Amino acid sequence: MKRTLQILALVVALGGVITWAATGANRAWTKTSVPVKTLDEVTGIEGITYKKQFLPGVDFLGAAFGGAALLAGASFFFRKPKTNQPTNK
Amino acid sequence: MKLTHLIPLLTLTTAVYAAPQAFDFKDPKGVNNAVFKLDAPLESINGSANGITGSVSFDAENPGATTGKITVTAASLTVPNPMMNGHLHSDKWLDATKFPEITFEAKSLANVKTEGNVTTAEVTGKFSLHGVTNEITAPIKLTYLKDKLADRVPNMKGDLLVIRANFKINREEFDINKGQYTDKVSTTIDLSLSIAGAAVAK
Repeated sequence: MKRTLQILALVVALGGVITWAATGANRAWTKTSVPVKTLDEVTGIEGITYKKQFLPGVDFLGAAFGGAALLAGASFFFRKPKTNQPTNK
Repeated sequence: MKLTHLIPLLTLTTAVYAAPQAFDFKDPKGVNNAVFKLDAPLESINGSANGITGSVSFDAENPGATTGKITVTAASLTVPNPMMNGHLHSDKWLDATKFPEITFEAKSLANVKTEGNVTTAEVTGKFSLHGVTNEITAPIKLTYLKDKLADRVPNMKGDLLVIRANFKINREEFDINKGQYTDKVSTTIDLSLSIAGAAVAK
């Protein structure tokens, strides 16, 4: 169990970093939509619409590390499995 | 004087005293927008609003006499972060339920300069936000596009009026978290309005 939680903590931390980096390493807050600008040819006005897109930010990264720390911390409540020592007769 | 002599005179009189046109700013294309920006430590808070309606009276022969009222629906203000969006509309900030409209009523124009179809001026009017009304003055640019409505909306004839304005307001003057969160969100809000209105030919 101890080992499982430690591996899970590593997966959560690495998964968070990889997801964050793969989506553009946004160093601002997490966004669930991004503005899209469209030009109106007649008036010259740039219209703004929002496209749904998950863009993880530093708070996402923090949550991933926090989750990983919790899992790693929880692993200390479990003892290492005892291994049978060979006995010399 | 014969009646035939009166007709050109009447036409000339009508042209000189042409009534100002009423431009409707409910945009069928949905591109009209108001952009707002506030500085904050990690990143500036950028958002926009597109729930814009209103009417402006504009006379191409006398742009300095322009008056009108533009309304922005508070609920249409959007920022890309969902938590910030919730805070923005909540009673802690805009209180969009209690104060559903943000309005600007233009009263007068000063320093009016017209070149071709473009007029620049300083507009003074009443800005209402969060239940508080203050008088503000801001630079404004009016672009009159005669007979261009058909290019934008097929089967409709008329003129377009494009209004652009950039101004700053202080949220504390509108009783929005006065003296609070000054280290997290700036008190100055940059506003940028880009809107087009239509006057349908009769």
